[in-house]
Amino acid sequence: MLITITIDGCEVSVPKGTSILEACRMHDIQIPTLCYDPELTSDGACRLCVVQIEGNHNLPPACRTTVWQGMVVQTQSPKVRAARKTILELLVANHPLDCMTCQKMGNCFLAEYAYDYGVTGEIYQGEKRKLPIDDGNPFILRDPNKCILCGKCIKACSQIQGKSILDYSFRGFNMQVSPAFNLPYNESDCDFCGSCVSVCPVGALTEKHMVGKGRPWEIKKVQTTCPFCGTGCNFDLNVKDGKVIGVTSNPDAPVNGKALCVKGRFGTDMIHSPNRLTTPLIKKDGVFVPAEWDEALDLVATKFQEIKNNYGADAIAALSSARCTNEDNFVMQKFMRAVVGTNNIDHCART
Amino acid sequence: MCTACEDLVDPKQVKLEEIITKYKHENGPLLPVLQHAQEVYGYLPAEVLKHISKALRIPLARIYGVATFYAQFRLVPSGRNVINVCLGTACHVRSGAKILETIEKALKIKDGATTQDRRFTLEVVACIGACGLAPVISINNEVHGRLLPESITEILAKYE
Amino acid sequence: MAENQRILVCAGTGCASSGAHKLIDALKLELNKQGLEETVSIVGTGCQGFCEKGPTVVIEPQQVLYCSVKPEDIAEIVAQDIMKGERVERLLLLDQVTQKPLSTMSEVPFFAQQHRIVLKNCGVIDPQKIEEYIARDGYAALKKVLKEMSPAETLEEVRKSGLRGRGGAGFPTGKKWAAILPTPSDKKYIICNGDEGDPGAFMDRSVLEGDPHSVIEGMLIGAYAMGVDEGYVYCRAEYPLAIKNLEIAIRQAEEAGFLGNNILNSGLNFKLNVFAGAGAFVCGEGSALMASIEGRRGMPRMRPPRSTVSGLFGKPTVINNVETWSNVPHILLNGADWYTQYGTDNSRGTKIFALTGKVNNTGLVEVPMGTTLREIIFDIGGGIQNGKAFKAVQIGGPSGGCIPEEMLDIRVDYDTLTKAGAMVGSGGLVVMDETTCMVDIARFFLDFTQKESCGKCTPCREGTKRMYEILDRIVKGEGKLEDIDILENLSYTIIETSLCGLGNSAPNPILATLKYFRHEFEAHILEHKCPAHSCSALLSYTIDAEKCKGCGLCAKNCPVSCITGEKKKPYVVNEDDCIKCGTCVDKCKFDAVVQA
Repeated sequence: MLITITIDGCEVSVPKGTSILEACRMHDIQIPTLCYDPELTSDGACRLCVVQIEGNHNLPPACRTTVWQGMVVQTQSPKVRAARKTILELLVANHPLDCMTCQKMGNCFLAEYAYDYGVTGEIYQGEKRKLPIDDGNPFILRDPNKCILCGKCIKACSQIQGKSILDYSFRGFNMQVSPAFNLPYNESDCDFCGSCVSVCPVGALTEKHMVGKGRPWEIKKVQTTCPFCGTGCNFDLNVKDGKVIGVTSNPDAPVNGKALCVKGRFGTDMIHSPNRLTTPLIKKDGVFVPAEWDEALDLVATKFQEIKNNYGADAIAALSSARCTNEDNFVMQKFMRAVVGTNNIDHCART
Repeated sequence: MCTACEDLVDPKQVKLEEIITKYKHENGPLLPVLQHAQEVYGYLPAEVLKHISKALRIPLARIYGVATFYAQFRLVPSGRNVINVCLGTACHVRSGAKILETIEKALKIKDGATTQDRRFTLEVVACIGACGLAPVISINNEVHGRLLPESITEILAKYE
Repeated sequence: MAENQRILVCAGTGCASSGAHKLIDALKLELNKQGLEETVSIVGTGCQGFCEKGPTVVIEPQQVLYCSVKPEDIAEIVAQDIMKGERVERLLLLDQVTQKPLSTMSEVPFFAQQHRIVLKNCGVIDPQKIEEYIARDGYAALKKVLKEMSPAETLEEVRKSGLRGRGGAGFPTGKKWAAILPTPSDKKYIICNGDEGDPGAFMDRSVLEGDPHSVIEGMLIGAYAMGVDEGYVYCRAEYPLAIKNLEIAIRQAEEAGFLGNNILNSGLNFKLNVFAGAGAFVCGEGSALMASIEGRRGMPRMRPPRSTVSGLFGKPTVINNVETWSNVPHILLNGADWYTQYGTDNSRGTKIFALTGKVNNTGLVEVPMGTTLREIIFDIGGGIQNGKAFKAVQIGGPSGGCIPEEMLDIRVDYDTLTKAGAMVGSGGLVVMDETTCMVDIARFFLDFTQKESCGKCTPCREGTKRMYEILDRIVKGEGKLEDIDILENLSYTIIETSLCGLGNSAPNPILATLKYFRHEFEAHILEHKCPAHSCSALLSYTIDAEKCKGCGLCAKNCPVSCITGEKKKPYVVNEDDCIKCGTCVDKCKFDAVVQA
């Protein structure tokens, strides 16, 4: 059932049960928000998406207000913009202003909105959080002073990863997001899936190995399938000057959405690793010696042929892995049956 | 627990198990369990929270979040005597802040701290509902009302 | 000696801290000594309401009121009053004008001008004995409802009475009850909100301590009207006596068949649980309170859905506060028509106020809605302490506002107070005199709200902190004139954009003080002066060497020993250590301490 509402003077029709924020997104009307994520439940905590509804004295958040027939919404009225500006001023007043060196620069929603609304950060002078930075693990850099307490990382941890390592602690101005007892990540039960990083709208959670390696506008994002296992997760390789500097979630990934595991998100350093094998190795006189592909493949083919000739095709068997893609597994069985001529194939996931 | 040490069972641990068993299957067991655990231990040690997390199958981060949200819970041991200085409106209007300052100077500690000899823990509370007697403090839940700054020394002397 | 003599000793938290239990012990001893233990009964009651003069003792049936009684007075009371029927005059209250002793409660203006419906039993019965409650029509309303009325008729009676929620916003109770009916659910809950967090309010505590059965009966009637079989009483952990008395009352009600299954053979089942809060003001907000019972951080959630659709454990839930539930049995027993004779058109019935601050008679006051502030503060409250001038009265706690002298004649009801920039709230009335600084009061409330903000939404978490910081600078004489504009702007944004009622109303104390006392803000900012001589950063104490006789009384009484000197020579105040308590000014007999 469609409902007709008026947003900024334009009549639009949206399905019943849609929130104002979703209705606006369907019609390319920009509304700022820091705590809303379509993959997560919505709390209406940041209050940045407030809008004016005719007949309503206060300014309700668009993300948690469902449309009704005949609703008249203003998303850019002076009152709305003034309120959003004040909220941004409040957030910036309790946020470090080291944007020049912040890894999130160019990708930071707070900075983008602050620019949009002409926020100076000078109106409210007072106490700022001063908490220790969590730098104890190789994957995630956590700067709680940059946290705007939107709570998306908490929900990502519980709703995407199912771990609930993170939660709010303390209250009011002293509220924080952290693992239990405010321990660093590496002393908690964290899996380092990095879902928290993928949803952080500011520079509080960043991919540690990407720090200093490149700015968003220098990076080319290449969507690809993760090579680590057969699940088929998609993500964006972040490529700068022909080198992969890291991985970020691609929200449109069909299999996994923003979710990734520690290997997929943080394991890409192997691409440019000096320890990586770049040629086949053949053991000669007890030592592995680099060889050409042709030489190596010829050797393997000869040995297979020898075995088959001497002992029959059934003397050869192949075992493949669930971590391989379906295509790899298909090719494996085809090769064994059609080329080697045996049905001796097996798979680690066979039950 | 190692079976050789069975006769060395910690009585507090036994009580904690009783509490958990009592509330485990109730709706919303966390707050009562934390409250009773604090009665047993005097505060909420990290190990106890970890145990409660496992027993109730509630993530530890959530328990820590709850324990730091409510004013009642403490994560460090308190002194032998807990002074609650009321700074509710009625006490504020009747100069409760001067009472607090006097106690702070007398004990040389601030709100939330414990004296080095562990004799006193000082805490500011919002209202203990004895507004008719403002300004009031309560020491170990015993209310002292109609206070004057000069009467503090005498009251504190009663608590060892 | 009169028949049926009872000695009622107030043993509410206030009087208990003034030594009520020692009085009860002394009374027992003395009555035994005189062989009267069989004929005269001693009752430790809940709060009688007259905290200022506590511990108070009432002799029934004559209703003699003795004030500020000490254990050493007991022998005299027994010998003279109980045995001879003569009053112990020195323990009676004096008439403020004639200075004549007032021998009975009905002569004491503090009691005479109240109209006690909810507090009917408070201070009169022993709250730990169900038979005393029953003897005063207790559970009669429940019996009547179960026997004579259908659930729908019961609800209709509550709706007709015009009862509105006594906890804050004043939502019509009957309407709230009706809202839970349409949602089909296998389970529904009712909750009694006893998380009385407003500093300066203690009526809910007194009712729970002094008359817990009235709350239970109210909830039972609600359970019947709404078809609910389980309820919670959420009580602040800071109220141990209230929790204890409530638990005793629930046990007794279960034993008497008022709680449990098939209550009074009516088919009604109702289980009542007590839940102790853990210290968070925000849990007075319904959704935060429910989160707390569910074992989560007490953070409010967005509506919709309303709690009548999805509340506690996701089930339809109705939540009312202690005073609201306690009104219900009276309405059902006497009828809605009886109830509507009290109060004003839109605010029916009575309201309990906790009268505190710089007023002579602090305590609990129950008056019909529509009584003027002047009547409450001056007629019942006996005016301002120490002959000082009235300045303002703060109503409604951290969500309310300060009402100035020129508005003392407004009637206290929901709509009038909201229009005046305050609110009924839970009913705390904190009286302020000329020595109270209004900027400091605004700072006090913002300090409270910023500490109690749950932290979930940005405007409340960050905004209340900044408002507190600005007010703190003004109080210290470091404010700028533009700070007032910043405060006003920030106030409106917080009101319009915060998630819950705590944030929506947090700026009220600022807006109300700015409305009526802007000149005090300006004096702090422009002249660096506190007109009330209250803000310590803008005060200094020095000793006039010419007037000082060197008696040393100031030094002796200084609580922080910051006054030094030799006898018979002028003393000196060490300003670094001085906490500006003013004790030296009060103690000096020669006006030698100068306060500037």
